[in-house]
Formats: sequence, structure tokens, C-alpha cells
Amino acid sequence: MQRALGCPRGAPQTHHPLPRPPSELGLSLRRLGQTLQDQLSALGPGTGSWVPPGATRDPRPPEEADVVVVGGGVVGWSVAYWLKALEARRHGMRVLVVERDPTEHLGVLNEPPVDIQFQPSGYLFLASPQDADGLEATVKVQREEGVQVMLLSPTQLKEKFPWIDTEDVAVASYGLEDEGWFDPWTLLTALRRKAMSLGVLSCAGEVRGFVTSAEDMMPPQGPDLLSARIKRVHVYMQDSLEYQPVTCAIVVNAAGAWAGELLEAAGLPEALCQPPLPIKPRKRYVFSWHCHDGPGLSCPFLIDTTGAYFRREGIGGNYLGGMSPPEEEEPDPSDLSVDHNYFQEQVWPRLARRVPAFSSLRPGSSWAGYYDHNSFDRNGVVGPHPRLPNLFVAAGFSGHGLQHGPAAGRAVAELVLKGQYETLDLSRLGWRRLVQGEPLMEALHEEQEAQHKVFGKGLLGVVTALGKS
Amino acid sequence: MEPVTWGGAQSQCIPVHPNALCAPPFPPHVEVAAPPGGVASRWRLRHTTWLAHDTSNMAAPRAGLAHRLLQGLSRWFYDAEAALDWAQRLRRVRLHRMNATHVYLRDIYGPNVAAAALTLSLGGSVRFEGQEQWLRPQGRWQPQLLQLRSAPVRGLDLSACPITYSGLESLASLPRLALLDLSACPHVDDWALARLHALGPSLRALSLSRCPRVTERGLATLHHFRELRYLDVSGLAVPNPGLLRILLEEMLPGCHIVGMELESPPSPAGTT
Repeated sequence: MQRALGCPRGAPQTHHPLPRPPSELGLSLRRLGQTLQDQLSALGPGTGSWVPPGATRDPRPPEEADVVVVGGGVVGWSVAYWLKALEARRHGMRVLVVERDPTEHLGVLNEPPVDIQFQPSGYLFLASPQDADGLEATVKVQREEGVQVMLLSPTQLKEKFPWIDTEDVAVASYGLEDEGWFDPWTLLTALRRKAMSLGVLSCAGEVRGFVTSAEDMMPPQGPDLLSARIKRVHVYMQDSLEYQPVTCAIVVNAAGAWAGELLEAAGLPEALCQPPLPIKPRKRYVFSWHCHDGPGLSCPFLIDTTGAYFRREGIGGNYLGGMSPPEEEEPDPSDLSVDHNYFQEQVWPRLARRVPAFSSLRPGSSWAGYYDHNSFDRNGVVGPHPRLPNLFVAAGFSGHGLQHGPAAGRAVAELVLKGQYETLDLSRLGWRRLVQGEPLMEALHEEQEAQHKVFGKGLLGVVTALGKS
Repeated sequence: MEPVTWGGAQSQCIPVHPNALCAPPFPPHVEVAAPPGGVASRWRLRHTTWLAHDTSNMAAPRAGLAHRLLQGLSRWFYDAEAALDWAQRLRRVRLHRMNATHVYLRDIYGPNVAAAALTLSLGGSVRFEGQEQWLRPQGRWQPQLLQLRSAPVRGLDLSACPITYSGLESLASLPRLALLDLSACPHVDDWALARLHALGPSLRALSLSRCPRVTERGLATLHHFRELRYLDVSGLAVPNPGLLRILLEEMLPGCHIVGMELESPPSPAGTT
């Protein structure tokens, strides 16, 4: 491009392509400086590979990763965090978390300590006379494991919590220490930030296809196929048909309510996916209300003999609670709309019977969410797939995913890094019971046992690691 | 029951609320006396006070120029980041070790001596039953502790000490503890407060004033203390002090609560 001689400086740009006059040099230098600054300020410790200045960040995942975690919920980020926390050498492995629906701006780094707003008010389980034996047996197991739980008779219950109507209550179990509720969103965010600061990569996409070693077999094997390894994962970008094949060594299925659906994806040989993972989404409602005469500060998380539950929210007289419906009345999980009649007809009468102060209350907001319901025995499935040796599953906790998340994440990380469980032996939650058809059925409230064991130790471990001592 | 004095320990920072001294009549065996003061000797013994401050807390005001420089450097250089990370880890490990239970003392001499030894090593003061004076920390092991093995501990002054959740495990098993001062403890939070439930039958006076990490969630766990007669909750970071005070008074009838004065009329979202 020749500079037009004789063209006066500052003359209007005309038809032929003009070289830039020197006055714009400063401007372009400034622009270059600004681009450099943007690139460098976007980097911080642990944001992954360096991107040349001027290039925009590619939304696609990298072409290779060591471990791909499908699902960016509590369990998925917990697995990613523990993989990085327990790896033998820093930056030793590349972990990628694929989340279908990220609703928060990622990449803002922060330092621990983190406050998950833990309210250590304890859980209060009420048992009717026919369930009393089960509850007492459970409490016995918990105390053997070192959990601080006490059993209350109806008179003791009435003395401690005078706002309860103890009709039809034979015995109650009350957690004294390290038990309560917290803010799940803060925990998820904290896990995500810590994992990303340790170098975990994240991308928004959906895993819809796999490429396994079965296609390399010569001659192509049919139903006699014994096992195959997953070689590549197809990550589809949001709202597009474009996909990125990510070569990986290990895949962790932490897709929660859609974990069963993931294993029906294209590319996995039919013969290997037997038995199918019986995890389906189930919709559950949570209702909040205001009652100005309700239980005071000492109100625990109360679970009634009928299965209805509630807890205090804040100090302004607000409460929230709900109930799991029986099998026949499961709501349709295709959307997240709330059925307000459910509160009026099912939840409120039961709670009002237990807490007379709730006879007059003002309903507030409500919302719905999905449980990853394991229809086999309502307990989580944790462990390697029997036929696909590099696929690990951690899903199906049926409403206890948040409580089991930190510990399940640690267990899967130990399996991946060391090949065996070290801290907690979760082999009873493995695939074997699905293959052999032996459900891990619990006595009523044995879920509390699993919760206490796994939640107590797991969460303490996480919180200590996150910087609270 | 034997009188328990509150301010016998040389605590630098309990400003006893003027109203507390002309408060409604206490049970005659709990006196509240203003502390004599005297900070210098305390500082001589608190050579590890810097451990008491969690410098990873973003809101820490004591960040000097060197600290800010190091934080800035750690954003750009992996070495600086690793160095800061190690320093933080080291600090945490030392804090944890300071709070470790004295298992040998506990098994041979009983939980009272073990708790007293832990308190003294953290810079707090102890008062045994039958003793006139509080035992102050002297920076070294005090052998007269072992002679007090049969006397239960009645009062513990841990104000501004770096006691944590794990340290409170030693204290929770004291059968006759009547007075516990945890004011301005930087590591005591809601979770740690829940650990004190075993002191329910005996505790009569508790101070949580100016603990930066205690919120209304921890105060909700105080319902276990049926015998509590004096509770100091001034200087806590809670959203609605007036309302919280009303709820606390409802939860702990018979207890005199200091702090969280009702400055404005209660909100209409109200309580009984």
C-alpha cells in the first residue's frame, strides 16, 4: 500500500485505501496496550493455559484432558477439587468440568476462608411407635461412630421444645453437635473457586457422545463384548451443533439427575450398558412461609413422623419446608413449575398438627428442584462402571447429594488417583449391588446413618481444607 | 456453691457495661467486678499473638505495605504465590498444634488439669475451686497445676486467645465449669459454639463479646445452657440486634443479657 504523496495530513479519507497517517500510530499503540492489559488482567493464578494477546478466549474445551467430569454441581466440583487437592504433584493432571447450564460468571478468584452460613441447630427426627425400634437402632450405630446424638422421650421433647405437639411420637433423635443446615450455593461457589484456583478447567457444554475402544476392535464385536475404554468425549457447545472431541483418560459421571440419561448417549455400546443406571430426575417442592408465633431461635430441622419437614430461616419468623410425596403421586418432572395446592392440602395440615402455632401462617415463596432419584434403592451409586473401566459414577443420592457431595468427591478422587478407597470405604455403594440385584435397603432413617458418617467426616474435611481450622 | 468472680483475670479487653453493675439482682454467688487492666504483661507473654490473626481474611485491617506488596506479587509470580500459600499453611498447622489436646495430662491427671494446661499455654487464665487467685500464664510450665488435680476448674478466661474449634474439645468435658470468657477470640465461630453444649448443666456466665466470627446462628445454639445467668453479647456483627436480643431473652429466661441494646422500637415483622 503506497502512501499517496502530496496527500495533506488530516485530509478526509477518500476512496482508495490509505495507509495510516502517523497521528494514528499513538492511537493504535494505545489500543495495543489496552488489549495487552485486558489479556493480562484476565489471567490470574490458575486460569489455565496462556492465550496470545488479541485472541478471544475460546469457549470450546481443550482437545485433551486427563479427567473429564460431566456435571458441574456439588458432586462434580467436589470431585474436581479433591482430584487437585490430593494429586501427588502440583499441576500434575488436567481436569475438565463440563457443565450444561452455568448461571454464574466464572473466573472470579477469591481466597478462602469461606463462610457457608452454617447453622448448627441440629436435626430432630420424630418416630411413631412402629418406627421407634428402627430409630433407636440407627442412633446406636451413629453413636458408635462418634456422632453426638441423643434420644428424647415425649416428655423430654415437650420440655425442650414446648411448641411441639407430641401426639403419636414414641421417641425422637436430636443431633447435638456438628449438625444443622447451611447455604448450598456458597458451598458450591467455594468449591468451584478453590478448584479453579488449583487449576481445574471448566467449560459450558453438554456431553452427548462418546467414542470408545470398541470401534477399534477387529472384527467389530457384537454382544460378546466384555469391556471397552472410553477414548474421547464429544462436548457439544450450547445452542449449537458444533462439538469438540476431548481425548481423555478418565470420565467421571457426576451429572446428578441426568446421570442415567448420560449413559444412554451415542457411542456407548449397548452390550456394555447393562444394567442401565436407574437414576431419573424427580421434582420436589420447597415452600416458605411466615408465622410470627412460631418456634424461636432454638428450632431445629424437624422431620415429622409423616415425612413432612421444616426449619427456621433467619430470625424474622420465616420457615421453609416441604414433603416428599408417595410414589403414586410423583409430580411430572418435565418442568419446574410449583403446585401450590400441594402445600395447602398435604404439607400444611401435617405440619399444623405437629406444631399448633402453624395453624395460622402466611405462605411465602416456593420453588422446585430435581432430586437425582435412584429408583433401585434410593441410595447413591459411587464407583467404577463394571464394563467401562475408565468411567466412574457418583450420582443418585436421591436428595442427599449436597450432604454426600464432599465425601463422595473425595472417594472418587481417591479411586482415580490411588486405585482404592482410603478414607471411607464406599464399596457398598458400588455397582455390584445393581448388577446382582441386591438393593441396599435401609431400615427407616438408616439414611441418617449414611448422612452422618459421610457428611460429618466429609464436610469437616472440606471445611478444614478450605481454611477454617 | 462457691462464689465465682468474673474479673479476677487480668483481661485487657472486657469493658464491663456500666449497666451491668447495677443490673437486676444476680444470684448471690456470681459477682461481676471490673478488671484491673494492665496490658503490658499480657503482651510480653503473647509472643505468638500474630497467630491469633487470620491474615487470609480479606477484611483484615492490619495489612501493612509489605503484606500488600506480597499479595500483589503473588498475583503475577507463581513463586510468590507458593510462598504465601506455604506461609498460610504453616500458620494453620501451628494454630492447630497449639490447640491440640494434652492427651497425656488428660489420661493421667484428668480433664481439669488438661484444660487448664491448654488454657495457660494459649495465654488465658484459670481459676480452680478453692483457689482465691486466678492462675495467670507465665510463658512456662507451672508445676503447681499437677497438685490441683482433684479440684475442678470453675472459671476460664480465654479472652483474645487463639482457641479454635478443636481446642474447645478439651473444655467441653469440664464438669463444673461456671464461668467462660471467650470475648474477642478471633477463631471462635458458630460451629465452635455448638461444641459447648456439654457445659449446659453447669455454666452460669458466658461472654462472647466482640468475637468477629460469631453470628446469630451460633447464638441460636445457646439454648442448651439452662443455668446461664449472665451472657455478654456486645460487639457482635449481627443484622438485627434488637430483635435478636428479644429472641435470646425468650430462649434463655432468667439470664441477664448484656449488649445488643434495644435502640429502636422492635420491627413489625415481630415477635411476641
